[in-house]
Amino acid sequence: MEEFDWTSIPGALPILADGMLITLEITATAILIGILWGTVLALARLSGNRPLAWLAAAYVNLFRAVPLVMVILWFYLIVPTLLQRWFGVSQSSDIRMISALVAFALFESAYYAEIIRAGVQSVPKGQVDAAFALGMPYHLTMRLVVLPQAFRNMVPLLLTQAIILFQDTSLVYVIGLADFFGAAYKVGDRDGRLVELLLFAGAVYFILCFGASLLVWQLQKKYST
Amino acid sequence: MSMIQIENVSKWYGDFQVLTDCSTHVTEGEVVVVCGPSGSGKSTLIRCVNGLEAIQQGRIVVNGTALADPTTNLSKLRAHVGMVFQNFELFPHMSVTDNLTIAQIKVLGRSTAEALARGLAMLDRVGLKAQASKFPGALSGGQQQRVAIARALAMDPICMLFDEPTSALDPEMVNEVLDVMVELATEGMTMMCVTHEMGFARKVADRVIFMDHGRIVEDASKDDFFGTPRAERAQLFLSKILQH
Amino acid sequence: MSYNWNWDIFLSPTPSGESTYLGWLLDGLQWTLTLSLGAWIMALVLGIGLGVLRTVPNRLLAGSAAAYVEVFRNVPLLVQLFIWYFVLPELLPTTLGDALKQTDPLAQQFFAALLCLGCFTAARVCEQVRAGIASLPRGQRNAGLALGLTLPQTYRYVLLPMALRLILPPLTSEFLNVFKNSAVASTIGLIELSRQSQQLVDYTAQAYEAFIAVTVLYVLINVLVMFGMRLLERRTRVPGYIGSK
Repeated sequence: MEEFDWTSIPGALPILADGMLITLEITATAILIGILWGTVLALARLSGNRPLAWLAAAYVNLFRAVPLVMVILWFYLIVPTLLQRWFGVSQSSDIRMISALVAFALFESAYYAEIIRAGVQSVPKGQVDAAFALGMPYHLTMRLVVLPQAFRNMVPLLLTQAIILFQDTSLVYVIGLADFFGAAYKVGDRDGRLVELLLFAGAVYFILCFGASLLVWQLQKKYST
Repeated sequence: MSMIQIENVSKWYGDFQVLTDCSTHVTEGEVVVVCGPSGSGKSTLIRCVNGLEAIQQGRIVVNGTALADPTTNLSKLRAHVGMVFQNFELFPHMSVTDNLTIAQIKVLGRSTAEALARGLAMLDRVGLKAQASKFPGALSGGQQQRVAIARALAMDPICMLFDEPTSALDPEMVNEVLDVMVELATEGMTMMCVTHEMGFARKVADRVIFMDHGRIVEDASKDDFFGTPRAERAQLFLSKILQH
Repeated sequence: MSYNWNWDIFLSPTPSGESTYLGWLLDGLQWTLTLSLGAWIMALVLGIGLGVLRTVPNRLLAGSAAAYVEVFRNVPLLVQLFIWYFVLPELLPTTLGDALKQTDPLAQQFFAALLCLGCFTAARVCEQVRAGIASLPRGQRNAGLALGLTLPQTYRYVLLPMALRLILPPLTSEFLNVFKNSAVASTIGLIELSRQSQQLVDYTAQAYEAFIAVTVLYVLINVLVMFGMRLLERRTRVPGYIGSK
């Protein structure tokens, strides 16, 4: 058993902070787009329009059947080609970040769509009837009556999903992007201190995620009364 | 003039027929009570009147507008047909005031001030002016139902539909809601009410409709109905209900 | 599109000549299945044990099970895997650690991934089991004890059989997650499905064919598992209880 040597961590903090920034950037983008696009998908799935509902279901089920690692690799393959074709961006420029953002946003949408669908279904049907009876058309009923209640019910689940997403961003390692984990790995590899850096990264993730889940738990307790 | 016209309406859930060849009408200013055992289709019938449920056969005309007509804007029609539900269905995430004004503003296009004035006037009318800033969850069932009535009235409806408005209420709260309904009826509001409250029917109904197994088996003036109901089922139903 | 589709690539021999690229994919599939099923069995055994511990009337036991869950739930799977693979051998006594490093690299990768996935999934199974037991009426436990059953017997014959039936649907989705999560093992070099797809890209440049084939295989696994679990749900259904329509 070797002695631990933590001395390479203080000097590496700026690199690790840069990595954390990338992690947070991907997480925030995926949450934002995921909830917006996920809401669209959920409403499409619940709409009476058969082809639309089917397409949305196919999207959601496909993304939920494939490992995130494969999804990241897929978009790393597709995005450069599309960027080149549509915007003339050269294939050689670093598009890892863009393809990771696209992959996470589209992937998370499928998961958020299912949460939102369940949330919408948790609103009693009588609420829809009442809104209809007051003369509200479908879009007003959804916007003013159903979605606000659905999101209120969903807040804990949406936040929990965000914590999972924050952890999952570490998988951008497979396309060599230096997020927090990637940065930690690189520093550890460079200084021959992989063991310390991995344990340090694990501890940082644990503190952040455990803290966040405590907050969610508090929130849940406050709202459920 | 006929406000609500129901002609030969039939409805199925899959293979199960819930309404069979129902025909009746409600003229302007009339109060019609619909009663019958549970599962008789009375709630379904009233929900068809403002198109919350679709029908497969027959015709429903409200204030001269045929519901099934493809050019009919259902939302627009519903905006003028008030409806009160068994479970109140106030919007729990909005204050009482917002419940009263939201549809006036978003559907009728009234200004906030106008909607607020109208909403508060109706709230006053059901005796709950003091509760304006509360949320529905903080009110008793009877109070919630009175707010729901005020919410419907604020839309200046041409007629009101009541779908078992007192059956989810604790017994001591039934009367506060019935009082509001009686007042509405005596003021000349056109009303179609699904209810078991025969006292209410005796007091203000013009006609009573009795339904069983998806059919209208009795459609008579109040006096005829309580005097000599012809249908055997209606007699049995009445004797059970009036014993209470 | 200027891309040259070439589905025949799967039938061409690999550079070493021992196999075809299709053979590689099937090898990968085999590793994915072995790893996932192994991890799942481990997760079920460990997870049910922990789930029971979380509900027993003993602060220390319930607390340690809760701590286990929080640790394994709040560290990314990838970090856990790297810790099992790179850190664990260093933490063991030197002789044992060195012996471990001498073993076949494939075995090292496989067992690191197996332990990682098993422990990770156990935390999630534990939470489902706890929720299942908590959702049973309190009277069930009392009825068991009142009949003279010991606490372990009450769990064995009364609480667990019902709780496990109740949580079959969420367990199904955890089972599916194991297969998806097994792809993370590619990062330490285990040649399971997604690693093979990358290998194919490196060797043949037929990226789309490789990715499509692997994606289809994952979808197939998904469909088969869902089908199997639905059969299981139907066979274990209890009349008059949730899920028996």
